[in-house]
Amino acid sequence: MSPDTLPETVVAPRDAEPVKQDRTHSRARAARRRKIVVTAARALLLVAVLGLWEGLSRAKVIDPFNFSMPSKIWDQIYTWTTHGTALGSLGEQIWFTLHEALLGWIIGVVAGVVFGIALGRITFLADVLGPYIKVLNSIPRIVLAPIFVIWFGLGPASKVASAVVLVFFPVFFNAFQGAREVDRNLVANARILGASDRRVTLQVVIPSATSWIFTSLHVSFGFALIGAIVGEYIGATKGIGLLVAQSQGTFNAAGVYAAMVILAVVALLAEGLLTFAERRIFRWKPSDSDR
Amino acid sequence: MSTDISPAIELRGASKIFKTPSGGLHTAVRELDLTIGRGEFVAVVGPTGCGKSTTLTLVSGLEEPTEGEVLVAGEPVAGVGDKVGFVFQQDATFPWRTVLSNVMAGPRFRGVPKAEAKQRAREWLARVGLAAFEDRYPHQLSGGQRKRVALAATFVNDPEILLMDEPFSALDVQTRALMSDELLELWEGTGASVVFVTHDLEESIALADKVVVMTAGPATVKHVFDIDLPRPRKVESVRLEPRFIEIYREIWESLGEEVRITRERGAAHVA
Repeated sequence: MSPDTLPETVVAPRDAEPVKQDRTHSRARAARRRKIVVTAARALLLVAVLGLWEGLSRAKVIDPFNFSMPSKIWDQIYTWTTHGTALGSLGEQIWFTLHEALLGWIIGVVAGVVFGIALGRITFLADVLGPYIKVLNSIPRIVLAPIFVIWFGLGPASKVASAVVLVFFPVFFNAFQGAREVDRNLVANARILGASDRRVTLQVVIPSATSWIFTSLHVSFGFALIGAIVGEYIGATKGIGLLVAQSQGTFNAAGVYAAMVILAVVALLAEGLLTFAERRIFRWKPSDSDR
Repeated sequence: MSTDISPAIELRGASKIFKTPSGGLHTAVRELDLTIGRGEFVAVVGPTGCGKSTTLTLVSGLEEPTEGEVLVAGEPVAGVGDKVGFVFQQDATFPWRTVLSNVMAGPRFRGVPKAEAKQRAREWLARVGLAAFEDRYPHQLSGGQRKRVALAATFVNDPEILLMDEPFSALDVQTRALMSDELLELWEGTGASVVFVTHDLEESIALADKVVVMTAGPATVKHVFDIDLPRPRKVESVRLEPRFIEIYREIWESLGEEVRITRERGAAHVA
């Protein structure tokens, strides 16, 4: 190797090595201990909140009929999984909702990305369509869900449609912004190297917009679930949203909470999958630790 | 053909006026006349922000002149041509592509088959000493290594004209000297004409056949100096020669005045 690294190793005292190792050891131990403490504190907090809820509800400080209690919610989930719901098996309901949300999400994302990149690249389109998109975005789009039920009926189509309108806008705006904020140097460089406009879009703009797009994907999957659930809540033949509506209709508070818990688990799993995909796609990016 | 005798680059009364975001007009370059012969290495020096870079974008075809003419190989520039290579001041490597894929980008954009592009890219990577790094991503390289990738990605297209916009200004002093030597070696094999923009007078004298001094903005040519130092040169040693110091003093007399004007304007702006 280079000559200037040699003297250093010679000068370094021999007994420095174990001391150094000791330090890294104790540091690793401290880090481990901290992790345990954090996890324990988290668990403790959960137990405390659930315990307090259960306790207050049992002692009738809060109305158990309206507010239910964790044990009842658990019982509800248990009955649903073992005996099925009034609408059929629980798995079927989850799959139905997930199916609608996923379909709506995919359509919304594809449309959002295509429109976002197109408007980001073609100034004329952006100038013409810009105001309309702003107007559409300012409408609280969830009110479209009843209209979709009227248009598309009680089947999955109306839920997919409401998921699409919820997903489209955040994805669109991020893709648009991503296409606009592409490093001008990269575009200039690609053009000098001989890239056509199409190549610039496909090989420079889209790759650099992906991190913007991915940010919106996380949020928008949640929106897709909301769209599907609200659609089901308004009118459906199957799905978790309908489960919520039915539980509400029978004053079964535990049922509403149970559906919420199930949804939360589904959303977290989806989020985990997305993060995994993101890691695969962004291998070219420096991870936070080596910055 | 007439193109054989025409100079590599010719600017005739070229001006460039930009619209500023506030609606005003900013003249970056004014009535610029400059001729660069084939195979010549020309350095352009001038005070900061005077419009040196704009000159390069005019020659590259990225921007059109507001007035006047820009000719490359005797023909007016219309859009980005395939004769030109450009090394930017900032990093312009594609961060999502590996080193090899970055160097392949130029030939691939120009429709060279993949296998051939790969082979040519590997040759140039070997020449800049990065053969072992072809699978890395740019963020895993040092600043100097990334600049080498940029050089390889530019040279792999066999440009007749090489435009360089303060390419080494972001590097530390030692790396810069090393890269300058490497650039000279790479260039000597190609016969390309080079326009090298810099604010570093030493760098410009060490590298170039001609040094063009620009006025304070809006830029126009103030003076052209011929550098009669023999080639091949080594950047670190050439600047210790008495002739180098003589030339430096001569050019600085011309450049220093423009730098002073720019500085006074800046001060007036602040006040």
